[in-house]
Amino acid sequence: MSSTEPRRTALDAEHRALGATMTDFAGWDMPLRYASERDEHLAVRTRAGLFDLSHMGEITVTGPDAVRLLDHAVVGNVSTVKEGRARYTMICRADGGILDDLIVYRLGEREYLVVANASNAQAVLDALVERSAGFDAEVRDDRDAYALLAVQGPAAAGILAPLTDADLDGLRYYAGLTGTVAGAPALIARTGYTGEDGFELFVRPEHAVELWRALLAAGADAGLVPCGLSCRDTLRLEAGMPLYGNELSAELTPFDAGFGRVVKFEKEGDFVGREALAEAASRAESTPPRVLVGLVAEGRRVPRAGYAVVSGGEVVGEVTSGAPSPTLGKPIAMAYVDPAFAAPGTPGVGVDIRGSHEPYEVVALPFYTRAK
Amino acid sequence: MSNPQNLRYSKEHEWLSAAEDGVSVIGITEHAANALGDVVFVQLPETGSTVTAGETCGELESTKSVSDLYSPVTGEVTEVNEDVVSDPSLVNSAPFEGGWLFKVRVTGEPDDLLSADEYAQFTAG
Repeated sequence: MSSTEPRRTALDAEHRALGATMTDFAGWDMPLRYASERDEHLAVRTRAGLFDLSHMGEITVTGPDAVRLLDHAVVGNVSTVKEGRARYTMICRADGGILDDLIVYRLGEREYLVVANASNAQAVLDALVERSAGFDAEVRDDRDAYALLAVQGPAAAGILAPLTDADLDGLRYYAGLTGTVAGAPALIARTGYTGEDGFELFVRPEHAVELWRALLAAGADAGLVPCGLSCRDTLRLEAGMPLYGNELSAELTPFDAGFGRVVKFEKEGDFVGREALAEAASRAESTPPRVLVGLVAEGRRVPRAGYAVVSGGEVVGEVTSGAPSPTLGKPIAMAYVDPAFAAPGTPGVGVDIRGSHEPYEVVALPFYTRAK
Repeated sequence: MSNPQNLRYSKEHEWLSAAEDGVSVIGITEHAANALGDVVFVQLPETGSTVTAGETCGELESTKSVSDLYSPVTGEVTEVNEDVVSDPSLVNSAPFEGGWLFKVRVTGEPDDLLSADEYAQFTAG
């Protein structure tokens, strides 16, 4: 990565005042945890947590051809996204390899907000700019224009409601609207990466501190706590959500990763990667690729990314993410395994944990689904 | 955080109590426990086995990583803390007390063990 000083978010001083353990993440100095990551995780599952996600990469696409550009640049069908709604999608290379996974918010008739992973934001920006040639659309780097705060957990809506003029009851999952929160103009989106109900609040950086403090104060009685990236990772793992760099990479097409459903061949016009992805889709039909599954430990040793999945002394897959699950009380992992070993309950599957083959149960993802 | 004055410390962040009847108690420091985050699994040397100063004798697993456990001294393991095996969070909540790891009948120790003040300087640097 870059050898320059890590970037700091608008909330940096707040994190330090709260005693956060900081970590370098994709070139940003981010809170890893404030106290116990397990307690933070359980707070989000049972009450609420507050996250600083200002490292995420915002890119605005505007203009008469904004939607045509996006349909050309990403694999999803952006033209079917209505105003005020959002869509999970991916952007691929011409060879079909996944460049990043994205959320695209439609803010207006001709205005979209693309949110990329911090580690890929520059690559996504470059790709969108390059792919915008010939379209009457502007691609704008808005990484410095936003701070991003997330309130996640069953108590999130109750905490946010008194602070905002927005109609949260009318705001569905994967929808967004503009309003004010604690006096700050915000894009309020009902999205997240935790498996819980919750909101992501895009605000100007100069409003971030005020909003952060207002949310902490408003949520104190409901048990809201500040949460770091460590628990964000275990929350998304329990929810079976992929992480770029772990489950997703440029080496894999969406079909290899088990996310072929995000590729919409039926949309109008050509899109980058179409040909390669059509081949990947038919290849996946004839020769099924490894399958992304869940693994639950019978013992207590934790599988880590890169560890081999084994059966009968043979390597049959690879762990992509692993952690002790605070909700299940056992180590869990996501892994790509050969199709013959992907069925839940497949006997004799283990993980090679530093030379010792520990037994694991193959389960369907996700590990955790919230009660609706 | 404060490191008890009556203990000695290794640069691998273990602490060692003064020997009673030739037996010292060993654990990891609060500094190390904080750096690891929530400890979820500990693998300790077996009672009766021999550990060697500066060599790995077990591992500590936290949410984000796994770390080797080093013995600060050489000797025979006389007891391991079964409480910490069943509840590894003791390493975080009471690293110098209930979160102790194992006891050793010391037969040899390196000459670079640190005092509490020296260890505080070492971790500040």
